[in-house]
Amino acid sequence: MEPLMLSRRSLLPLAATPALSFLLPPLTARAAALRGPERARSLIVLWMNGGMSQLETWDPHPGTAAGGDTQDVATTVPDLRISSLLPQMAEQMHHCLTIRSVISKEGDHERGSAFVRSGYRPEPTLKYPTLGAVVVSQLKAGQLEIPPYISVSPHIAVPEGGYLGNAWNAFRIHHPGREISNLEAPVPAARQTRRLDNLQLLSRTFAAAHPAAANQTLHDDLTQKALRMMQSEQLKAFRLDEEPEMLRKAYGDSDFGRGCLVARRLVETGVRVVEVTLPGFDTHISNHEGHITQCRILDPAMSSLIHDLQQRDLLQSTIVLCISEFGRTPAINPAAGRDHWPAWFSCVIAGGGFRRSAVIGSTPAEIPSADPPPPADPVSVPEICATILDQLGIDSAQEVTTPVGRPIRFADASPSPRLVG
Amino acid sequence: MKLRQLLVLAVLGLLMVAVVQTSGRVDPVLAPPAQVVATDRLDTAVAQLDAWFAVKWQADGVSPTAPASDLAVFRRVSLALFGCGPSLEDLRAFQQDTQPDRLDRWVQQMLRDPRSAGYLARRLGRSLAGVEQGPFILFRRDQLTDWLEAQLIQDASWSDMTRQLIASEGLWTDSPASNFITVARMENEDIDENKLAGRTVRTFLGQRIDCAQCHDHFLDTRWKQRHFEGLAAWFGQTQVTLGGVTDYATSPDQPPLEYRVVPPGGDAAAARIVAPEVPFHPEWLPEAGGRRARLAAWVTHPDNRRFERAIANRIWGLMFGRPLHEPVDDLPHPEDKPDDALDLLGREFRARGDRLSTLIRMIALSAPFQRATAAADDPVISARQTAAWAAFPLVRLRPEQVIGSIFQAGRVRSVDQNSHPLIRLTRMTSENEFIEEYGDAGEDELIPQSGTISQMLLKMNGRFSRELGKVDLLTGPAQVLALSPDDSAIIENSFLMCLSRHPEPPELLHFQKQLQEARQAGDGQREAVVEDLFWALFNSPEFAWNH
Repeated sequence: MEPLMLSRRSLLPLAATPALSFLLPPLTARAAALRGPERARSLIVLWMNGGMSQLETWDPHPGTAAGGDTQDVATTVPDLRISSLLPQMAEQMHHCLTIRSVISKEGDHERGSAFVRSGYRPEPTLKYPTLGAVVVSQLKAGQLEIPPYISVSPHIAVPEGGYLGNAWNAFRIHHPGREISNLEAPVPAARQTRRLDNLQLLSRTFAAAHPAAANQTLHDDLTQKALRMMQSEQLKAFRLDEEPEMLRKAYGDSDFGRGCLVARRLVETGVRVVEVTLPGFDTHISNHEGHITQCRILDPAMSSLIHDLQQRDLLQSTIVLCISEFGRTPAINPAAGRDHWPAWFSCVIAGGGFRRSAVIGSTPAEIPSADPPPPADPVSVPEICATILDQLGIDSAQEVTTPVGRPIRFADASPSPRLVG
Repeated sequence: MKLRQLLVLAVLGLLMVAVVQTSGRVDPVLAPPAQVVATDRLDTAVAQLDAWFAVKWQADGVSPTAPASDLAVFRRVSLALFGCGPSLEDLRAFQQDTQPDRLDRWVQQMLRDPRSAGYLARRLGRSLAGVEQGPFILFRRDQLTDWLEAQLIQDASWSDMTRQLIASEGLWTDSPASNFITVARMENEDIDENKLAGRTVRTFLGQRIDCAQCHDHFLDTRWKQRHFEGLAAWFGQTQVTLGGVTDYATSPDQPPLEYRVVPPGGDAAAARIVAPEVPFHPEWLPEAGGRRARLAAWVTHPDNRRFERAIANRIWGLMFGRPLHEPVDDLPHPEDKPDDALDLLGREFRARGDRLSTLIRMIALSAPFQRATAAADDPVISARQTAAWAAFPLVRLRPEQVIGSIFQAGRVRSVDQNSHPLIRLTRMTSENEFIEEYGDAGEDELIPQSGTISQMLLKMNGRFSRELGKVDLLTGPAQVLALSPDDSAIIENSFLMCLSRHPEPPELLHFQKQLQEARQAGDGQREAVVEDLFWALFNSPEFAWNH
């Protein structure tokens, strides 16, 4: 006989009865208050749009032809040196797993992005959901009144639910820290009441004419969700005016910095996945100068995010993934730029049970020939996706039947023990 | 205000009065022919199609729903061919037409309207070139769409169009059909033969064999990897040069290009050359000609039933919002089953010169298209009726149909080629901006999708419904308010503009009361009531779904 275990989950049905409901605080308050391993897990993706150069960031090779003008700097991890363009991140690398040997075969922006965001190579007959969409489709959102998947990515396509459906698309905000568009009724309260009254009448007429079909549309349900969001206290998570000025400054005076701070606030509120995009990495011309600019934005924002999450005891329950669609060529082109390079590139993962103070993979210092060999200790994108799902408590091997009848696993690989622990 | 501007406004006002008042004496932009040309009649073919469905309904044990109202059918046609609900102007003209064959005559006229060619070209363009950006400069989506639109205006043969798409040579600007090829050019400057083979078979033959690129098809074991490779090899000599798309060597010392398959492991030196091959009926291949021209002839061969079934299923999907067989590009093998509705459609299509207009007319006139949406209380009965096409399916409007319908409902007159250039420009930019915010349905736009909260918020609070539903100079709501003879007519016209139906008695009473109270309340209140009426109509489930 199994021992009687009273987990939070087993208490929930009991506590739901009126007599025992005092046992649990209101869900939203509880969700926000939980810390450490007990807290529901979340994912923050920092998407370096355009293809971040590994050589100017996480995998510099100073003093070599491939390394270009980039110098390196010591970090809080012995023997790990990263680009000197990221001095603040150098202080946070003990929280991180650095993977220098991510491999892909997709050297086109659209295809590369689709691959890295979903873990599946794009194909014409099936649109795969992004990793974030899989996560929110599988994890309960609790009492969340705002969408569980938020994209702070004004410049790129909204991450989509693919074959799982639009319901799992991300909710996009354009200007983090500022008012979100379309959340305020454009008329005074009395008129809004009249509008909703009118709408209710029209919905009733439609439902009377099509009783079975009307339920199928879920139109009223969606309207209610939208109205609930418009009035929700949780919208405060999108605002930054409650944050100390010093902290806001630490994240940096940029949309990306503000996006990272909003991401932390959203995660605290119970949002499961946030994607924050930093555009501008497609440096075919003047790569080094381009990365100086980009790193000035990335460095304070990402380092503050990791530090902030750690300070609030949220890093254990939050995975922070910094990645892009591919890397950039070891060779520097005549325009002082670097071109697309999917053969190997870098990503950094912090928190959520991933290894800390660790480095996986290494890449050659010399400029390779036309057909480059794989890097040492390669890590595939599907492997990273499967491990993230696993760490979030989702069975990555679970199969779902797609609308075209094909069974597909959530991840195209198994979780990798070498990435966690 | 200058005299000239006043005169323009006066003329516009008079035109609006004619449309908004129920007598509707204005000549419609869409003037349908007085009768259907005898040789063009589709009665026999439609009767055969209806008989096939009648047998199916009996076999499936379902009863068809009641006929839909004429206005509901008109809205369906307008959504399918124009991408928006009908204008009040057209609705009035349609209602007043009492001549025989009204629907067929109106469908024919709508097919002659450039709006339908433009809209259908954009839909077909997605199946031909996806929604990706494609290679910079070398792929011109606008050229491809314009070419398709020109072909549709001429009611050109789909076989001819297909042959041009597959086999075109030349520059993507001079020979716009060649954009079907250039969209498959890769970063390394090679053509992606696999992509072209997969798309050719999906779009023109209605079969998904893409997975056979790497292995024999798991789900449909008749498709082997060698079939896919053989089809891809027809594109093996294709290249994109400065002179455009060609299958021929550009210099005497250039070795002939071939389709090569690199073995697993990626050893390029061990790649094998694959010869062109077709998976069935090699006798349909012409003896001579370039590779792509021969493949195009095989694809469109008069005996290749897959070709006509594929386009019949796609047009059915565009008319209903849902194809007869799902997914739209993966049909059963035709030889596996007795003739079905797709064969009946396809046969008539072939007999009448492979024109898409034949398919569109037949489908619009068919019994399934004219059934009401399932109305049974029992969801199981409703679902069975819908599955058997004994009821018109309830289908969410696609993004371009949502903004198209909001834009049209915000105007009394049709927004078409005769509209003021500023209105047409606003229509185009609104559509682009709305879809950018609302989300694009992508290449698989015929797959059912659920709505999202952000879409709902955009419709409820966004600027599109706010501006187009506002009582302002020359907007539809302002015209309705100013020119309708009484409160009932205001409500009636608003419902027709947005939902293509008359208000039900409780609805009429509800809004009459609001308008009467507003009249007593004073300045600006009636305007607010009309705006709130339009807001509710725009956000109603009935507006958001085809039914």
